[in-house]
Amino acid sequence: MSADGNRPAGTRLAGANPAGIAAGAALPPGGDARPRGAAGRGARLGRLASWDLGVVVLAVLTIVVASGTVENFSTSRNFTFLVLDLLPIALIALPMTFVIVTGEIDLSVASTLGLSSATMGYLWNQGLTIETIIPLCVVLGAVLGAVNGLFVTVFRLPSLAVTIGTMALFRGLALVVLGDTAVADFPARYTDWVTGTIGGSAVPNVLIPLAVLAALFGVVLHATPVGRWSFAAGASEHAARFAGIRVGRLKFWLYVVTGAVAGLAGVLWTLRYSSARADNGAGLELAVVAAVLLGGVSIFGGRGTLPGVVGGVVLLAALQNALRLSDVSNESLNVVTGALLVVSVLVPNLIRRTRSAFARTRHRPAPLSPPPLPGS
Amino acid sequence: MSAEHAPLLAVRDVSKSFGAVAAVRDVSFPLYAGEAHALVGENGAGKSTIVKMLAGVHRPDTGAIELDGVPLDLRSPADARAAGIAVIYQEPTLFPDLSVAENIAMANPPRGRLRTIDRGRQLRDAEALFRRLGVMIDPARPARGLSIADQQVVEIAKALSADARVLVMDEPTAALSAVEVERLFTVARSLRDRGAAILFISHRFDEITSLCQRVTVMRDGRHVSTDPLAGLTVDDLVRRMVGRDLSTLYPERTTTPGDVVLEVDGLRRDGFFRDVSFQVRAGEIVALAGLVGSGRSEVAQAIFGVDPRDAGTVRVHGRPLRAGSPRAAMAAGLALVPEDRRLQGLVMDASISRNVTLPRSGTLARLGLLFGGSERRAAAEWTARLQTKYGRLADAVSTLSGGNQQKVVLAKWLSTLPRVLMVDEPTRGIDIGTKAEVHRLMSGLAEDGVAVLMVSSELPEVLGLADRVLVMREGRLVAELDRAQATEESVMFAAVGQTRAASAQSAASSGSDDSPAGSARTADKDRNASADRSAGTNAGTDRKTGAGAGVEVAL
Repeated sequence: MSADGNRPAGTRLAGANPAGIAAGAALPPGGDARPRGAAGRGARLGRLASWDLGVVVLAVLTIVVASGTVENFSTSRNFTFLVLDLLPIALIALPMTFVIVTGEIDLSVASTLGLSSATMGYLWNQGLTIETIIPLCVVLGAVLGAVNGLFVTVFRLPSLAVTIGTMALFRGLALVVLGDTAVADFPARYTDWVTGTIGGSAVPNVLIPLAVLAALFGVVLHATPVGRWSFAAGASEHAARFAGIRVGRLKFWLYVVTGAVAGLAGVLWTLRYSSARADNGAGLELAVVAAVLLGGVSIFGGRGTLPGVVGGVVLLAALQNALRLSDVSNESLNVVTGALLVVSVLVPNLIRRTRSAFARTRHRPAPLSPPPLPGS
Repeated sequence: MSAEHAPLLAVRDVSKSFGAVAAVRDVSFPLYAGEAHALVGENGAGKSTIVKMLAGVHRPDTGAIELDGVPLDLRSPADARAAGIAVIYQEPTLFPDLSVAENIAMANPPRGRLRTIDRGRQLRDAEALFRRLGVMIDPARPARGLSIADQQVVEIAKALSADARVLVMDEPTAALSAVEVERLFTVARSLRDRGAAILFISHRFDEITSLCQRVTVMRDGRHVSTDPLAGLTVDDLVRRMVGRDLSTLYPERTTTPGDVVLEVDGLRRDGFFRDVSFQVRAGEIVALAGLVGSGRSEVAQAIFGVDPRDAGTVRVHGRPLRAGSPRAAMAAGLALVPEDRRLQGLVMDASISRNVTLPRSGTLARLGLLFGGSERRAAAEWTARLQTKYGRLADAVSTLSGGNQQKVVLAKWLSTLPRVLMVDEPTRGIDIGTKAEVHRLMSGLAEDGVAVLMVSSELPEVLGLADRVLVMREGRLVAELDRAQATEESVMFAAVGQTRAASAQSAASSGSDDSPAGSARTADKDRNASADRSAGTNAGTDRKTGAGAGVEVAL
């Protein structure tokens, strides 16, 4: 310690609240080495070969390979179907990304979709106009999401248990509402729009709102305080609370949004097949969670990107579509979904473990180069 | 005392780093059969890392651990156990719902026919072990409800049943009363005398002198010395452990306290503290001292609103502060640098930049958006002000050393321009140089009119920085001492209770050249209140000590 290191030196920092930090000269720099070395290399490696980039590449690769090998895959008609098929998964995956990033999960989304669909059929039979029914179904979804959020945040129950419960509950309610009947006579103007394409091209109408929503969710996740809070809450709830983040409130609203989007997905599902049924979308929650995890979101919270999730959705949908065109049965498709889910949880963990083992064996004392002074 | 023959176990040139932080560097020392060996050092000296390497939890980056001259490759705790190394931690790790005998035989239960567990033999084995150890514990009773000391004894029996030749005891006495310590030592001595090598980690010199024959001192991850304990004085050890002149750490400061900024009145949180009232003025550093578990951190957290409060008011600049809302506290100009940096202070996996700006992401956003590097600029500015050393702002904060992590936490909160800064253990586990920086920083903040409330277990820090010292004991404020009144003795008296005054005084005075005298430091490591209370009791208990330093010192 240098002799003049005793006093807060005269070079006080300017600013409203000048933190009285001693002058740089008072302290010998390099008290501890800067973390270059292994950590820096790891980070660079991580950027080059990030998981979500890999998924996007894999999705493109799947499409290219399928176009070359699977008959009818690259037709414009199939493209329309592909987008329509991935629509509900993609829609729900957007808010689900937030939920999983905060370290929670919502398995009730497919049942919310089903209850929304059943309610739509019921209300249509009651003679309400479709213009009234659609917002009502979205609001219903939000309310169902609020129920989940209440249990998770106010009663502090584990979200896995809560949403497994509401998954059964909401599906049961859907059966109560509509029984095992189907309602089919929705106005053609709406069903045609949902299944239709833009001006006779291969691009389905629904891709527009989907793309807008994806962009919106992406911006919120990656460039707003809400996104920052979500990551912080998922990575360390304690630290988030100590930083003044209202973690409970945040999670509650994420569940509400997830429910609302699932409600909307129920509406679109009903209109697409022109059929309101209580068992619509059964099992969809697994596909959604698989797509989100495949997109590089950590099941433990705190990590993930929205572009990665979009890549995950496309990869999953393209793979399923190609397999279906190759006459693979629906049951076998479930095997693919399940396998992708396991792989997407397993591989990132394996990579992390290998990387830390690598860092251990390659560890050398960090070089003592002076830090690049930020802002100088 | 054993002869100078080949060591049973040797730690040889062992190094271990976590990220950029070198926890242990080139440490070597031998453990001899039939000898108890003390490992001492300040917090953060690297003792626990050594223990974890012996336990097979961590693997050394370089160097080796040798048993009978043969290098061991300990990849897991099971490997360590198989090699004959047993580790007993401060908090026993028994299965509460299993019987004592089942706990002892857990790793390798005796098998009967059909490979089923032979319960009869399991019980008899446990009984035999306890007879050897000379203790009376019913092997058939469940482990739940055993005192901590008895649980430690069961852990030792476990070690014996695995034919452990090396017994590592990592602060086993921190939560024990004097009688229990003596009981544990009787068992440890009988093991030692049968030829086991014991590595004993403790902050209490009286225990070390009563059990050990040899002592290794570590400082800042490095080996300082290994010597026979006979002939060493406590002063020698303290000097080696501290190895520095402390006077340079604390800046001189002229204070002119201004208006009252923070007013706490009748604050209570059930089960943690009650009747806490005090004021902090602008430009003043007030220390909240006391043993860990006395409720200091909880008071700070209740003021900040992270924890709820059951009664009382908090006023900032005369305006009452809403309970249970860190956001309201931040808006009122409060900031809290929490005790547990890794858990509460930082999102370890997130980048430096995100961590620094986390409390302010709302105000940094333009039109609700965080585009355009406003976070990066703010983070760069504040890390530079605090002279934080890092590679890139986008690096995970976990890659930084402890000292630089603490600077990131400080940057995070100073950037909110607080008028009341609460810091909880601001220099825990950081290197000496950074400690001095942090102290100067707090001093400078006070000179600029910030009201500072500091929770600290380090007495020199409390005495060196604070204008006033508030002492807590068992959830209550028991003393308020101004700068002139505050000495190691007076603070420790208040912290452990006046009745222990006589021996506490000797404790405090003999450790004076460095000072974390007394059990504040011991307690530092404990995680629960009960541990502290008994630590306090121990410090004052009149107990015979071994040869060498004949004073009661708890360091």
